[in-house]
Amino acid sequence: MSPRRETPMVPDAEFRSYYGLPVINPPVWEEREIAGYIFLGGLAGASSAMAAGAALTGRPGLARAAKLASALAMTGSMGALVKDLGKPSRFYNMLRTFKPTSPMSVGSWILAGFAPAAFIAAGTDLTGRFPRTGTAATLGAAVLGPAVSTYTAVLLADTAVPAWREGWRELPPLFAGSSLAAAAGVGLAAAPAGQSGPAVGMAVIGAAVELTASARLESATGLAGQAYSAPEAARLLRAGRVLTAAGAGGALAARLLGSGGRARPFRRRSIGALSRASGAALILASACTRFGVFRGGMASARDPQYTVVPQRARLDSGSAGGGQAGAGHPHVAAAPGHAGAVQVGE
Amino acid sequence: MGFFTDTSICIGCKACEVACKEWNQVPEDGLNFTGMSYDNTQGLGADTWRHVAFIEQPRRLGAQQVDLHHEGDGQFRWLMSSDVCKHCTQAGCLDVCPTGALFRTEFGTVVVQEDVCNGCGYCIPACPFGVIDQRKGDGRAWKCTLCYDRLKADMEPACAKACPTKSIQFGPLEELRTRAAGRVEELHQRGVSEARLYGHDPDDGVGGAGAMFLLLDEPEVYGLPPDPVVSTRQLPDMWRRAAVSALGLAGAVAVAFLGTRR
Repeated sequence: MSPRRETPMVPDAEFRSYYGLPVINPPVWEEREIAGYIFLGGLAGASSAMAAGAALTGRPGLARAAKLASALAMTGSMGALVKDLGKPSRFYNMLRTFKPTSPMSVGSWILAGFAPAAFIAAGTDLTGRFPRTGTAATLGAAVLGPAVSTYTAVLLADTAVPAWREGWRELPPLFAGSSLAAAAGVGLAAAPAGQSGPAVGMAVIGAAVELTASARLESATGLAGQAYSAPEAARLLRAGRVLTAAGAGGALAARLLGSGGRARPFRRRSIGALSRASGAALILASACTRFGVFRGGMASARDPQYTVVPQRARLDSGSAGGGQAGAGHPHVAAAPGHAGAVQVGE
Repeated sequence: MGFFTDTSICIGCKACEVACKEWNQVPEDGLNFTGMSYDNTQGLGADTWRHVAFIEQPRRLGAQQVDLHHEGDGQFRWLMSSDVCKHCTQAGCLDVCPTGALFRTEFGTVVVQEDVCNGCGYCIPACPFGVIDQRKGDGRAWKCTLCYDRLKADMEPACAKACPTKSIQFGPLEELRTRAAGRVEELHQRGVSEARLYGHDPDDGVGGAGAMFLLLDEPEVYGLPPDPVVSTRQLPDMWRRAAVSALGLAGAVAVAFLGTRR
């Protein structure tokens, strides 16, 4: 990428804090495991939907690639999720209860249904054994797959992490679009050339949704959205956008160039290579976007301004979180000369 | 049951921090020198269930006569406040716990069952106050239990018991709210116009806290969120949004397959 200058970070908002320390405790989730899972889970969910589409429309090559990708991504996901637990040996406690108020509980149950279906779908496809069980598993995984791809947006939004919480409207479509594009990438990169047509459509729709939601995540979420301009997050999000656009554009170009039929072998090989490279770009783009979103949230958790400034504004405008602004709240006008990030005696 | 912490009479002795550690056998939480006034504890976490904040300000406290500060006009005040888990009525940590390790006790408090917690860490970013955290080397989430064991034995929590000025008061929430309102009134009459309550309102974003505070400045100065709202309040909208997105994903796949020529 071109060495573009970073846009300046948020100008120091006037707010008060306790020695600049974070108000909330930042998540203890490891980036590689959790952001990695959110990427792989999204890819697996949308791939399973693509696998069913391919199976139902007579594209066995595309179906096999999608089922294998889904099963592989789920294997990685389950490993990452268990590894990130503080007590991995107690992973089964996730299924001790079902709590609709806990996106992680809901997600665990969705995965408990989805992962076996994805494994059976891939296993039966590879071995050719139990075809009817395989079809049922393929369809089952396709039904649960979209939920696997999008519930992780709620998982992040249902926290006190400002950049995730304020992005609760944008994260689900962003994750849906990013998952679609990633699965399309699998189809383009791994399926036989004649069967990857639908992946192009998925790539274009997914990229359009992802790019729109990604832009809104930063622009429509107030101060919290500016956490995504933290350098460590912005680099990845920008890479995600560039790769998404390039991947979808490349896939579409390859499709249009190849549609003339009777192309010469050299040209056919070039078009195939362009298609596969576009697929790889889309998969990488999805990973960049998810890791970027993860890092933006972490940046907003570490800096108290993202917690304090919007809440203070809410209080001062009389729309406190309880809906009963200032009810019985003996709030006194702030003393002058207190602005600044750290409140200490001079 | 809950706490009312009247910070106007806190002397910063940290007896609450020590009593909590002793009674609950909470491990050492780091021997740091921060330079943040007298606060080397820094904040609540897995191994810090009471935290005394120290804030130095070039301001007069009420009508106090001071000449400690040799620069400026000599005005100086020290704010000290013992922070603790709020035991929220609508507790984000409890809502999002996927194992049921966090539960509501018969005293209305919120407690982690350490034999159930699998260390998923979801409660940590769910807490709008930054209270609960993961214990390093142990992996599970820990926080104030409001001395669940002592309450069961009809004893008050260790911190309240140890507080030498009754800055930390323990009792039924209704009684504490009345007492807190009276104390604010009293302070206002005595010229401490900046006295205000925090966490006392059952209509606030967490349905009222089980630990309320009388503060002498804005909450954020003490490291408290000014207007905390439990994240699960919007959860139904979030689920709807995710469901629509999931359907959209499935629809996009269908469109891509139906719209592609062989």
